[in-house]
Amino acid sequence: MTALVATVAVFMSVGLLFVLANLLLGKLVRPNRPSVEKGEIYECGEKPVGTAWIQFDLRFYVVALLFVLFDVEIAFFFPWAVVFGEATQAADAGHPAARSFAAFTFVEFLIFFGILLVGFAYLWRRGDLEWVRSMSNERPPSATRGG
Amino acid sequence: MIAFDWLTLLIVIAGVIAVVMPTVGYLTLAERKVSAWVQDRLGPNRVGPFGLLQPLADGGKFFLKEAPIPRHVDKIFFLLAPAVSMAIALVALAVVPWGGTQPPPDPVATQGVEPAAVVQQYADTQGGYAKSFNGVIVPGLDVGVLVVFALGSLAVYGVILGGWSSDNKYSLLGSLRSSAQIISYEIPLGMSVVGVLLFSGTLNLEGIIQWQKQHGWFVLFQPLAFLLFMVSVYAECNRLPFDLPEAEQELVGGYLTEYGSLNFGMFMLGEYTHMITTSLLMTVVFWGGWSLFGLEDRVTDPIWGAVVKCLILVTKTGFFLFLYLLVRWTIPRFRFDQLMGLAWKVMIPLSLLHLLAVMLVRQYSLSNWVLTAISVGLFLAAGVYAVAFGTGPNNAPRRRVISSPSPPVGEGLGVRGS
Repeated sequence: MTALVATVAVFMSVGLLFVLANLLLGKLVRPNRPSVEKGEIYECGEKPVGTAWIQFDLRFYVVALLFVLFDVEIAFFFPWAVVFGEATQAADAGHPAARSFAAFTFVEFLIFFGILLVGFAYLWRRGDLEWVRSMSNERPPSATRGG
Repeated sequence: MIAFDWLTLLIVIAGVIAVVMPTVGYLTLAERKVSAWVQDRLGPNRVGPFGLLQPLADGGKFFLKEAPIPRHVDKIFFLLAPAVSMAIALVALAVVPWGGTQPPPDPVATQGVEPAAVVQQYADTQGGYAKSFNGVIVPGLDVGVLVVFALGSLAVYGVILGGWSSDNKYSLLGSLRSSAQIISYEIPLGMSVVGVLLFSGTLNLEGIIQWQKQHGWFVLFQPLAFLLFMVSVYAECNRLPFDLPEAEQELVGGYLTEYGSLNFGMFMLGEYTHMITTSLLMTVVFWGGWSLFGLEDRVTDPIWGAVVKCLILVTKTGFFLFLYLLVRWTIPRFRFDQLMGLAWKVMIPLSLLHLLAVMLVRQYSLSNWVLTAISVGLFLAAGVYAVAFGTGPNNAPRRRVISSPSPPVGEGLGVRGS
């Protein structure tokens, strides 16, 4: 295991060094003549009004939340997929115990999967997957939030 | 366990970087040549014969141009972002096979064997594995696919750091769009690969190739999963038709707006390296890696065999890279709501259904071709459903359109009569 970790570590450090060396080389070679105009923010020639660090659209937060939920689910999919895959392979090779184990994990996962599907259906119904949400289509809060 | 040898390792790493970087350079040239070819132009042809030295000139320019940093930016993040995005793209290459591979041996059986014999057997199999030739920088990594996905989701950091630190509205909008897009498409990407893992029973990329060599390529059994994977990967790479983060017509350069010189170059290098990595992944996971209908086994000489395997893999990868370039000039850009709709309402449900189908096929030991039929059937059913029950063209106005009477002459613009 140490060899594996060391290999990854060496590769990462070489990658980082490669990037840093390039940056340093660039820094040494390129000219540097700053001026006021060059320091301006580029907004197609207009003078920028205010900062860009403002509160942005809430829909992006919703997407990020959904992503966290689903990505965690997928993170659970991976180990299960490996176990189930190995079990069914062993069952195909003729181990009866593996067949029943595979069946157990199968049922177990169907329940997990079902919970995910219910959540997904809820999101869809609630309209969180819609990007364009027009005000006229929006149902009153009592109907969407369930009282 | 793998043999750890500093010198070989460094040579291999230097070799891979030395191959990938020029490939990236020539990929940019190919991009321009293909777009020229599609649009009936000549493309770059001034630097060297047929413009073949153009990437060198571009690279030199990246180094020699001044890199002005606007005053208002968050300097640390501004300079960190390109380095992050390129370093992550490079590191992901570590686990992707680029040549012939051996799957690592299974753990030894321990039942009814003496401990000493177990140790000996373990040492033998692992020792044999360590001596075998492997076209991967980190061979025998049992969490290969997971590492690729982990690094792939880190790529969003480069984008969001760059866009946010620039203090530019275009950059911010571009990076927000990009991060929403990348994380949305991460989900179908992961789910389409789970179907593959259900068959192979291992996350190890070498093991996945081995399975395909024995049973046939995954694209034959799961064409839908491959399609979902490919589309998601295009979105992850911010390639057309999903290049909204850099939509020139609306956002100047997206999150790249404030970048110039080498900082910009590193973003580009990272992006193109990502394209290479994902093309390799498509080849390895769905198209059998270095296997080609037993052709690679005809060459028995170990060195030529390795060369042939490497060539097969590179040819397949090159095909996918070419597809990237062609798709760019074939499909127009999505609108943002269409993009999110495609991810959440089409690809995620489809990948869930597909995953369910794979589970059933594996559980009841059905033939793999049954899965092919289900896979194609699901795809067709989705199309039929969209035509039969869809709301028509996606660009129809959703809100009620009220035609307002034209304002009388003299009334100021922007004042709306109620």
